[in-house]
Amino acid sequence: MSKIQSTFARLQADGRKALIPFITAGDPDGELTVPLMHALVAGGADIIELGVPFSDPMADGPTIQRASERALAGGMSLRKVLAIVRTFRETDVTTPVVLMGYANPIEAMGVQAFAAVASEAGVDGVLVVDYPPEECANFASVVKSVGLDPIFLLAPTSSEQRFRDVAEAGSGYIYYVSLKGVTGAGHLDFDEVARRIPVIRKAVGMPVGVGFGIRDAESARRIGAVADAVVIGSRIIEEIERSPREAVVANVEGFIRGIRAALDQPAGGAQ
Amino acid sequence: MQMADMQYQFPDDRGHFGPYGGIFVAETLIPALDELRTAYAECMADPAFVAEFEYELKHYVGRPSPIYHAKRWSNLLGGAQIYLKREDLNHTGAHKVNNCIGQALVARRMGKPRVIAETGAGQHGVATATVAARYGMECVVYMGAEDVKRQAANVYRMKLLGATVVPVESGSKTLKDALNEAMRDWVTNVGNTFYIIGTVAGPHPYPMMVRDFQTVIGKECLVQMPEMAGRQPDYVIACVGGGSNAIGIFHPYIGVDGVQLIGVEAAGDGIETGRHAASLSAGVPGVLHGNRTYLLQNEDGQITETHSISAGLDYPGVGPEHALLKDSGRAEYVGITDEEALKAFHDLCRFEGIIPALESSHALAYAAKLAPTLPKDRVLLVNLSGRGDKDMHTVAERSGIQF
Repeated sequence: MSKIQSTFARLQADGRKALIPFITAGDPDGELTVPLMHALVAGGADIIELGVPFSDPMADGPTIQRASERALAGGMSLRKVLAIVRTFRETDVTTPVVLMGYANPIEAMGVQAFAAVASEAGVDGVLVVDYPPEECANFASVVKSVGLDPIFLLAPTSSEQRFRDVAEAGSGYIYYVSLKGVTGAGHLDFDEVARRIPVIRKAVGMPVGVGFGIRDAESARRIGAVADAVVIGSRIIEEIERSPREAVVANVEGFIRGIRAALDQPAGGAQ
Repeated sequence: MQMADMQYQFPDDRGHFGPYGGIFVAETLIPALDELRTAYAECMADPAFVAEFEYELKHYVGRPSPIYHAKRWSNLLGGAQIYLKREDLNHTGAHKVNNCIGQALVARRMGKPRVIAETGAGQHGVATATVAARYGMECVVYMGAEDVKRQAANVYRMKLLGATVVPVESGSKTLKDALNEAMRDWVTNVGNTFYIIGTVAGPHPYPMMVRDFQTVIGKECLVQMPEMAGRQPDYVIACVGGGSNAIGIFHPYIGVDGVQLIGVEAAGDGIETGRHAASLSAGVPGVLHGNRTYLLQNEDGQITETHSISAGLDYPGVGPEHALLKDSGRAEYVGITDEEALKAFHDLCRFEGIIPALESSHALAYAAKLAPTLPKDRVLLVNLSGRGDKDMHTVAERSGIQF
């Protein structure tokens, strides 16, 4: 059982939902990324999605694109992201880390080389936004062979055939993009999510995390009531952007703590 | 020719041109591309659709575009005879409109009332705004903020035609950033919006669909060249940014023996300076904007900023079919610098009374290099893909002239 799978199993046994925060490695700078990862765990994160910055993040909104631009301006690269995970693992051997990014930096490094280094550094899963299942059979089998979970996206527009495709190619969990659009976008249709999640969970046989559009304790709590995991990204990046450097780590930890508290409220509980 | 045509069957049903092309997009776009693929296949199988497309090309665009024998320029160069395929004479002044009409007709059939586009030089934006006005569709054009400055006249043209022009401030503020932004719009508004991609790049079926709409250029040449020159050309030469005008004229010639296909990329300040946009000459394969193709990128896989005097060639990728044509050796790709393109621009103005687009000037410059090395009975066919009125500012500025 992978670290991601055992994390979900443990949470399920406890009747709790996974909190999966996203930050971009190297934002606001490379030195703060490891302290930020520890702060996310201290604040209540179960899994960390660590963004690998890319020059052309097509599926992301302006907030995460700005984070990517700041990281790249500071010299961040895929190899440095892997080094960050290695450092994080020196003091945290349990929290799963999922790398999230685009295909080209991985292809530039070489799929085999990437998988070997990522596994050795302590990465647990990989989500490549622009690798749909039909274009990455080789990639998915290579990363699985070194024990990494290939994570796939599903969208409100996905067909049942797509459910089967990602169930076949992926492992760990499914990341359900809760709205049409890019990261950080506006409206979340809770009813639609509540209808879709049980269907998807049954079809894929994996836990389903929901992301895109979750911005506060209330939206996290409502999504947590129906999904196995809540992914929150752009809102954390905004917290990083608006905090002075010396307060970034504490502010992000405080923000995550608030989301954790909301997620752990008993169902139907008051604010 | 027929046999060769039958052997060249790309892309496959999932959009692959050998190892290139494909569908590399986030899950949110997959259903939209599925829908488009189905709708496009239905359109092409419907004789009424094809007839309407051809009617529009004839009566609205003014096709067929003529082929012109640039005799004076050929004589001055002292070698092979240069013939120009006059796409600059199309309505809106470039080849881009061929594809825009095709896609707008597909959009209309799909019931999408809103079209969006990305644009570099502004030619594709103008062509999209034009057909949107023609068919009564809402139109939003994304354009890098840097290009908005370089191409002020085209921005005003799009606005006159009723389009909304959105300057894109992210990244390098050029074509690739406009493309990112247009993709985001599409992902968000996929229900009512059709994305009219202007070149033979992007996820399947775009490289195939845009090619199909642009091959009218080469198909006309196959008929016109024997009439004009008594035979097919020895060389077909076209500039390559994304590569739509080049594919349009190359594709019908792929199966014709003895015709050399030469794509001319923007070498900017010179390939050795690193300031260029020559993806095929100096790039390596990777994944960007929905397809696998040659890309200008650094060792970390980040896409690098490009440079060309011509906004329409200023793109770090290239259509996947060109990547295949390069690897297979069926086409050859060369570079022309800003300076060389400018010289050809001025020469065509002075010797033939034709003001070419800076993009097309790259193809002209290569023809001017090649012609003197060949005997006088050799025939070069150059795709004069657009007219240069839009480039007045850039050329004047380069010569230190202010309007």
